[in-house]
Amino acid sequence: MKLRVLSLFAALAILTACETAPTTGDSGAGKGAQTTVKQATPGSKEDFIANVGDRVFFDYDKSDLRADAKGQLDKQAEWLKKYPNAKALVEGHCDERGTREYNFGLGERRAKSVVEYLKAKGIAAARVRMVSYGKERPAVLGSNEAAWAQNRRGVTVVE
Amino acid sequence: MLRKLLVIGLMFLAQPALAEVRIDITQGNVKPLPVAITDFQGVKGSEGQLGQDISRVIAADLERSGLFKPIDKRAFIQSAESLAVQPRFGDWRQINAQALVQGRVEVQPDGRLRTEFRLWDVYAEQQMVGQAYFTSPTNWRRVAHIVADAIYKRLTGEDGYFDTQIVYVAESGLMTRRVKRLAIMDQDGENHKFLTDGSDLVVTPRFAPNLREITYLSFYRNTPRVYILNIDTGRREVVGDFPGMTYAPRFSNDGNKVVMSVSVDGNSEIFEMDLRTRRSMRLTDHPAIDTSPSYSPDGSQITFNSDRGGTQQLYVMNADGTNPHRISFGDGRYGTPVWSPRGDLIAFTKMKSGTFYIGVMRPDGSGERLLTEGYLVEAPTWAPNGRVLMFFRQRQGKGAGGDSFKLYSIDLTGYNERQVVTPMDASDPAWSPLIP
Repeated sequence: MKLRVLSLFAALAILTACETAPTTGDSGAGKGAQTTVKQATPGSKEDFIANVGDRVFFDYDKSDLRADAKGQLDKQAEWLKKYPNAKALVEGHCDERGTREYNFGLGERRAKSVVEYLKAKGIAAARVRMVSYGKERPAVLGSNEAAWAQNRRGVTVVE
Repeated sequence: MLRKLLVIGLMFLAQPALAEVRIDITQGNVKPLPVAITDFQGVKGSEGQLGQDISRVIAADLERSGLFKPIDKRAFIQSAESLAVQPRFGDWRQINAQALVQGRVEVQPDGRLRTEFRLWDVYAEQQMVGQAYFTSPTNWRRVAHIVADAIYKRLTGEDGYFDTQIVYVAESGLMTRRVKRLAIMDQDGENHKFLTDGSDLVVTPRFAPNLREITYLSFYRNTPRVYILNIDTGRREVVGDFPGMTYAPRFSNDGNKVVMSVSVDGNSEIFEMDLRTRRSMRLTDHPAIDTSPSYSPDGSQITFNSDRGGTQQLYVMNADGTNPHRISFGDGRYGTPVWSPRGDLIAFTKMKSGTFYIGVMRPDGSGERLLTEGYLVEAPTWAPNGRVLMFFRQRQGKGAGGDSFKLYSIDLTGYNERQVVTPMDASDPAWSPLIP
């Protein structure tokens, strides 16, 4: 499920790159990667989504980082160090199986887990802000465990 | 602003009754009281139509409460003309009416509408209430609700709740890009109006006690903050100046304060903000999530939601933040505590084994009762008389998406659950106090 979502984002990134290609012209193509699959400008939002992965997932009513999440955030930290001008907004999200207000608190806590981890990996506090969306912005539709698992997430949005 | 209604009492004709008609609402499932609600009479121009409309709204209010059964008008024996002179109680007993409502509307020379009504005890053959109201004809719905409240109060002994409004969140679009707007309407769904245009995500609106202001959470500029919206001017103002997210606001019952959650470096604490001095006071200091605060009616205590005990549970503390103590000890998670306007109960949302419930318990945590359940039911709000609750219900769509969100009202006893009709999907209802 997770892989499918990531590949979907990769596809979106390609679409974006294709759409913008004519306006960026040759200079963009020259800077771009060697294959058509990796056209996202290095250091861009699209590059981050396609080649690093922008999200980590949480267990029900939990905000501590799972082992797979830490691996993902290591990659994010690495990328953020490589592009020191990039700033990020970390969004905390919840599934729909909680009350709205509590979920704002839980989303905030999840965002904070991500931010604290990135800071511990050497990213300056000034570069990462956070926001909680609670259960207001699910990533995928559906009222089942597979959908809920995708929606309990922390998303690092490169700004 | 609605014009003030002038109310005068009509003369009581009768002596005290021996055994007057009365609904005992201490019981759970009461048998609705048969009541004859006749068309209010008018003579000139639009008066007749106004009279019929007013009677229809009164009957609908009383019927919806589940405590009254308006009798089909086609069964009436005594004619309106004859009734206007004097009720023939035998005619009304014959169709099993326990109470009789009659009235008259008249547009005054100054343009004001005079609405007069009388409530009769059919068996005791006595007038129970007689009143007249003066207001602008455009206010006829309010007059109807006020009459319905007077009838409700006289026959149940408790205050009515029909002359009230609901503010809620109107929803549309896919869940992943949901559009949410604040909307306001009369308690019966009429006079529906949008308060925001949907460009910003908004949730959890709550009335100020004067009904002229709403406090709510808006994601304006993707920065979630508590706002106060003035309904008359349309002006909105952020509450407090906090670096982090603010959410879950509620007014105090005197309207001078807002209590809400403030994210302090990523952790939710409860703060009270005095709207007069603009000073804020921190009430909780705990690494847990502390949210959903709600004042007791006298303002001396606050119930709130916290996961300081491991999972989200209900707590009560003094209004200054001292003596926080847990009150929910049942099986499951608890959220959204709301103190009853009567002070005797706290309503909540409960989650257990994948099912959501709306329930009530006493402020000391005893006497937990669950009123309704579903895939997701959430956010109870009290009618001002503390007898009826409203909440929202999410129904799962088939497959991905297609979920529906609707408002429902339910009696405190768990009976008489009814959908509140809204033009589109709806959530986060807040019931107003009686309109001042």
